[in-house]
Amino acid sequence: MNRFQASPAVKPRRSRDITIISLLAILIIVMFVISMNTGLMRLSPLDVLHTLLGGGTEQQKLILFDFRLPRIVISILVGAGFAVSGCILQGLSRNALAEPSTLGINAGAGFAVIIFISFVPDTTAAHIYVLPLMALVGAVLTAALIYGLSYRREDGLSPTRMILIGIAVGAGIYAFQLILSLRLDPQNFQFVSIWLAGKIWGGDWRFVLALLPWIVILLPYTFYKSRVLNLLSLGDQTSAGLGLPVEKERILLLAAAVILSGACVAVSGGIGFVGLIAPHLARRLVGPKHQVLLPACALVGALLLITADTIARWILQPAELPTGIVVAIIGAPYFLYLLARSKA
Amino acid sequence: MAASTHSTAESTKMDGAMPLKSRPAAAAFILFFGLAAMLFGLALSVSVGAADIKLATVWEAVFRFNPDLQQHQIIRELRIPRALAGALVGACLAVAGAIMQGMTRNPLADSGLLGLNAGASAALALTFALAPASSFLYIMLYCFIGAAAASILVFGIGSLSHSGLTPLRLTLAGAAVSALLLAVSQGVAILFHLSQDIAFWMAGGIGGANWTQLRIMTPWITGALILAMLLSRSITLLSLGRDVAAGLGQRTRLVQFIGMIVVVILAGAAVSTVGPIAFVGLIIPHITRYLVGVDYRWILPCSAVLGSLLIIFADIAARLINAPYETPIGALIAVIGVPFFVYLASKRKGEL
Repeated sequence: MNRFQASPAVKPRRSRDITIISLLAILIIVMFVISMNTGLMRLSPLDVLHTLLGGGTEQQKLILFDFRLPRIVISILVGAGFAVSGCILQGLSRNALAEPSTLGINAGAGFAVIIFISFVPDTTAAHIYVLPLMALVGAVLTAALIYGLSYRREDGLSPTRMILIGIAVGAGIYAFQLILSLRLDPQNFQFVSIWLAGKIWGGDWRFVLALLPWIVILLPYTFYKSRVLNLLSLGDQTSAGLGLPVEKERILLLAAAVILSGACVAVSGGIGFVGLIAPHLARRLVGPKHQVLLPACALVGALLLITADTIARWILQPAELPTGIVVAIIGAPYFLYLLARSKA
Repeated sequence: MAASTHSTAESTKMDGAMPLKSRPAAAAFILFFGLAAMLFGLALSVSVGAADIKLATVWEAVFRFNPDLQQHQIIRELRIPRALAGALVGACLAVAGAIMQGMTRNPLADSGLLGLNAGASAALALTFALAPASSFLYIMLYCFIGAAAASILVFGIGSLSHSGLTPLRLTLAGAAVSALLLAVSQGVAILFHLSQDIAFWMAGGIGGANWTQLRIMTPWITGALILAMLLSRSITLLSLGRDVAAGLGQRTRLVQFIGMIVVVILAGAAVSTVGPIAFVGLIIPHITRYLVGVDYRWILPCSAVLGSLLIIFADIAARLINAPYETPIGALIAVIGVPFFVYLASKRKGEL
C-alpha cells in the first residue's frame, strides 16, 4: 500500500500529484468566484473581480467584504479542518469510516457550546472567542471518554469498538443537547437549532480570526507528521518494530485531530461527513501516502464545503439552508455507498 | 491487519453467555407481576404531575366521574391517555427491537439506532410542514411510510455487500440513514419555521397524547402485536440462523418480510405519538432474553410488559426530575441506554 523507498516510479507519480493539487486549487478559486456571485444581490463575475481589485461601489464592497468573503473564508478553513481531522482519524483507527461526527466528537463539542449558551444566554460579541474554547474542551473530553471506553488491556484499541461506542455516545449526547436546547428562550433556541444543523456563521471576520490560529498551527503540524501517520496506519506492531513510540505519537495526532474538529464545530456547528468524504476522494486522487494525501485532503475538504455552502445559499433563495444539511444530504448517501462497497 | 470493519460468521451469534434454555416459569412470573406493576405504575402516573392528585381521586375519576370537578377532567382528558400511551409505546418499541434482534441476529438492533425512528420523524416533519391540517390517522400512516423507507434503506445497504448484515455494518448504515433523515427533518423544520414544539416532540414527549390518538393507534398496534405473536415461533428459528430455519422448512424470506412490516407498524405508531425514543428496543429485549431464555413466544410478551414498565416509570421520572418542567423522556432513556450499549459493544472481544 505505502511506498516508502524512492523508486523510479516515484517521479511520474509526483508530477501527477502536483497536477492534481494545482487542479484542486484552481477549482477552489473558481468556486470562490462563483460563491462570491451567489446571494440575494446579484453581482456579475466582472463586478466581483473589479471590487476585489479595489474598485466597485460602496454597496458592492460592503456585500463582498463584510458578508460573503468572511463566510467563504470560513467554509474553506472549516472544510480543510474537518477533512484533515477525518484523515488523521481514519489513518489512526485504520478504519475507512472513522470521522469526527461518527465518532461522537462533534456532538461533544456542540454539547459544550450549548451548555455555555444556556448559562451565559446572550449571543453577543464576547462569545466568538470563548465558543471555540468551549467546543475544544467538549471535543477533547468526549474523545477521551470514547478512547477510555474502547481501550481494553487485552486487545488495545479496537477500531470497530471505537466506532460503535462513538455512535452510542454521540446518540446520548444528542439527547442531552435536546434537553438543554429546549430550555432556552425562543431566540437562543432558534440560534442553537440552526447552528447545530451546521450553519456557517457569515458576516463576521472575528470568526475567521477565532478559527484561523488553530488551522494555521495544526495543519502544518499534521503535514509535518505525515511520515508518522504512514507508519501508524500500517498497524501498531509494525510501527513499534520500526522504533516509533506508538502510544505517544498516537495521542499527539489524536489530539491534533480532536482539536481541529472542535475548533471547526465552534464556528460551523455540526457539519458531519466532510471528514469522511474528503479523505476518501483525496485517497482516490493521490493515493495513501500522507505526505500528499493530507494537503490534497485539505483542498478537497475546502472545495466540498465552499460548494455545499454556495448550494445552501442558492437553492432556496431568499431562504437559506444550513450548510450542514446540504452536506448531510450529499454525504450520507456517499457514506452508504462506501459501506455497501467495502469488503469485510 | 490493515483492513477495516472486520467481522466473522461467529460474530453474528447472540450473546454467548445467554442461557440456552427457555424459562416459561420465569416468563409467567414476569407477565403476572409485570402486569400488576403496570397497573400500579399507571395509577401512579395518573396521580403524579404539575397538579398532584391523590390516588383516591384517581379512583373516583375513573369509576364515579364528576364532570364538574377540574381534577377529574385533568385525569380523564390528560393523565389517563398519557399513561396509556406510555404503556402502549413502550410495548411497541420493545417488541419492535426484540423482533429486529431476533430476525437479524444482531444484538445492537433497535428501531432508534437503525434509523426507523428517524424515518418516521422525517415523515412527520414533512407532514407538519406540507399538510399541517392532517388528521392523526394520516400522520400515523405517513410515519409508517417513513419508517418503511428507512428500513428498506438500512437493510438494503447492509445486505448489498458480500459479508452481509454484520452488526457493525447494520449499525453504521443505521447511523448514516439516521443522519440523513435527521438532516431532512431539521431542514424542513427550519425552512417552515416549525416551532420549538416539534423539537420537544423530537426529544420524545408523551405529554401531548390524547384519546383520539389512542383510539386510532390501538387497533394497529394490537394487530401488529398479534401478528408478532403468530410469528414468534418462526422468529425463534430465525434467531438460530437462517440456514437452520430454512433447513427446518421455514420460508425465511416471507417471515422476514412480515416481521419487518410488524416492526414498521410498531415503530411508526410509537414515533407518531411520542417522537423518536431510542434505546428502549435495545435494552428491553436483552434483559428479557437474560430472564426468560431464547424462546420468542415468551420473549415477545415479556418484552412488551417490561417495555411498558420502562416507559411508564421513565415518564413519571421525567415529570418529577425538574418539576414543574418536563424532561424529554427520550433523553432520560438515553442516560440508561448509552452505558448499556457501551457494555454490549465492549463485551465482545476483538471485532464485531
